[in-house]
Amino acid sequence: MALLQISEPGQSLDPHQRRVAVGIDLGTTHSLVAAVRHGVAECLPATDGRVILPSVVRYLDPALGGSGRQIGFDALAAQVQDPANTVSSVKRLMGRSRAQVVDVDKLAYTVVEQDGMAVVETVAGRKTPMEVSAEILATLRFRAEDSFDDELYGAVITVPAYFDDAQRQATKDAAQLAGINVLRLINEPTAAAIAYGLDNGSEGVYAIYDLGGGTFDISILRLTQGVFEVMATGGDSALGGDDFDQALAAWVLAQQGVGATLNPSERAAVHAEARRVKEVLSSSASESFRAVVAGRTIEQTVSPADLEACTAALTTRTMTAVRKVLRDAGITKDEVKGVVMVGGSTRMPVIRRTVGEFFGQEPLTNLNPDEVVALGASIQANALAGNSKDGDLLLLDVIPLSLGIETMGGLVERIVPRNSSIPTALAQDFTTYQDGQTALALHVVQGERDLVGDCRSLARFELRGIPPMVAGAARIRVTFTVDADGLLSVSAKEQGSGVEARVDVKPAYGLSDEQIAAMLQDSFATAQQDIQARALVEARVDADRMIAATRTALAADTDLLEGDERQQIDALIEALTQAVGSTDAATVEAATAALAKGTEAFAALRMNRGIRQALAGKKLEEV
Amino acid sequence: MSISISEAAARHVTRYIAKRGKGVGVRLGVKTTGCSGLAYKLEYADDIAPEDVVFEDNGVKVLVDPKSLAYIDGTQLDFVREGLNEGFRFNNPNERDRCGCGESFRI
Repeated sequence: MALLQISEPGQSLDPHQRRVAVGIDLGTTHSLVAAVRHGVAECLPATDGRVILPSVVRYLDPALGGSGRQIGFDALAAQVQDPANTVSSVKRLMGRSRAQVVDVDKLAYTVVEQDGMAVVETVAGRKTPMEVSAEILATLRFRAEDSFDDELYGAVITVPAYFDDAQRQATKDAAQLAGINVLRLINEPTAAAIAYGLDNGSEGVYAIYDLGGGTFDISILRLTQGVFEVMATGGDSALGGDDFDQALAAWVLAQQGVGATLNPSERAAVHAEARRVKEVLSSSASESFRAVVAGRTIEQTVSPADLEACTAALTTRTMTAVRKVLRDAGITKDEVKGVVMVGGSTRMPVIRRTVGEFFGQEPLTNLNPDEVVALGASIQANALAGNSKDGDLLLLDVIPLSLGIETMGGLVERIVPRNSSIPTALAQDFTTYQDGQTALALHVVQGERDLVGDCRSLARFELRGIPPMVAGAARIRVTFTVDADGLLSVSAKEQGSGVEARVDVKPAYGLSDEQIAAMLQDSFATAQQDIQARALVEARVDADRMIAATRTALAADTDLLEGDERQQIDALIEALTQAVGSTDAATVEAATAALAKGTEAFAALRMNRGIRQALAGKKLEEV
Repeated sequence: MSISISEAAARHVTRYIAKRGKGVGVRLGVKTTGCSGLAYKLEYADDIAPEDVVFEDNGVKVLVDPKSLAYIDGTQLDFVREGLNEGFRFNNPNERDRCGCGESFRI
């Protein structure tokens, strides 16, 4: 029997009209599910009263019978004894090939490559990251359905702002495997802003500093009259509380002179101990680190200062990202009205102090940093399901990396610049490069660099059936559409004939991808190099076009040239052909200019002939 | 004429009003809808209307409009937990029949 909930005044829904919609924070170390109950967002607890579900799945040997897997705290408890079959931090594998997973060899379980995708080798067979995530999502789904004694209508699932298309798609696939209707994927910091924005109702520019277990996100948001606009996002998709644990573990082992390689169960035990010590030090002046490694018991007293010192490089990395995102948003730190702390790792006093000192104000911590993302997602889910009658919460989100297509010479033409708000549709016109060209190959790329080779390839498709025309006459409109989940479709249409081709970018997992954070940093570090590379490619494209045009003209009107004029032009073409091989843009440009100057007289003669032919045999009044 | 509220229900109402940040109490009512003709209404109350009948039990104000009161006189608002599922229930002595979902009823 359905039990009643308290509604907002005047918003009682008729029986059977209420739709159970939840927000799910699918985290690297733990996951949560939240819902709006009695008009208030709250995390739903399991039967034991705990709201957190460790994002850990243990696969059992099928030969032993039984249900075959453990999820959550049971799996976490078994991690030390059975690390090889206990999958944690699977979020790092989502939508990635094995080679792209940072520090894949440090994981306590075996990751292998299958169809370009990182998959986990377990005693129960190979498991894809989507299957593992689906176990976690299904557990949360059942918890929600039991809590409401009703079927789940849908869920809003949060992802780090840094997730690219492949990772977002992998998250959606995992939800589908778990039988969950995804109402929307939203960025974690945006969800945190919803939780805080509605509770406090204060307007202005905010920074969301989210240091979770496995990812770091920094976002700049503007809150105006209940509308959230994401101005810029940045961060590091491979930096989180886990790294602080590992840094501490490495420091303790170094202090104790342990040089031997640890076996997987020792590694898991040391890692778990490091996490425990780190958490204790958030409220204590000293803690003892105890572990058994290589057959001996080690004990090391750790002070907060020790923890700070051995993790200082990690803290600095987060602040570098903070400075960069402020530059992206075009604001100074003084303009930031408030700083919201999200993620369990922001409980560390050193993080709060460093962030506070940088912005010159105390960061906001009044909501539970572990729950805030799930709470915000549940508010959004409730609105999307139509439960709140005044729920016209408009959510503007942004794309994390620029989207564009490859043009002649391997350059990137950016069509959707990074930090554009979504959903969006942007179009640009292109044309053909050669006479009579009937097809156009389109290569969709993502990234901030100027050369295609330095960006991530998302998709390739062809537009065929363009009517033959001279170069430059065709008008091909390329439209990029990014939906509310951040997923992309690209279409190309020749405007004259109407021929059209399109592709939905459902990226194959594990395309040649540079690590995303590195890509962003790269684009700044290499800006100068990119300018030179672009200049060279442009000079070469110009030179090729000049050579082709001159040869066409020579074939048509070579009789206009007298004496050694033809030889001079041939020599200039030869010189330019040589120069194109150079890596110096100025050399190519100079040779192109020389050919242009050397053919001026010839061009004038051709022009005169053209006019004469046009006018021949016509009376003056006809002209 | 009386409406009562159980201790468990009162505790939850008080907690949710505190979380919500405003509200003078809860409003109980009846709507003519649902599979059995009538449906219960349970809402936060921000103001007390002049015609409202106000009951106070276990420290919680319960507001009922006079029209609804005829249907739910003698009702006790209870809070129950069944496994993970939890919520409010109207124990209404006037109720003859209810649909399987428990959200609508007949008298």
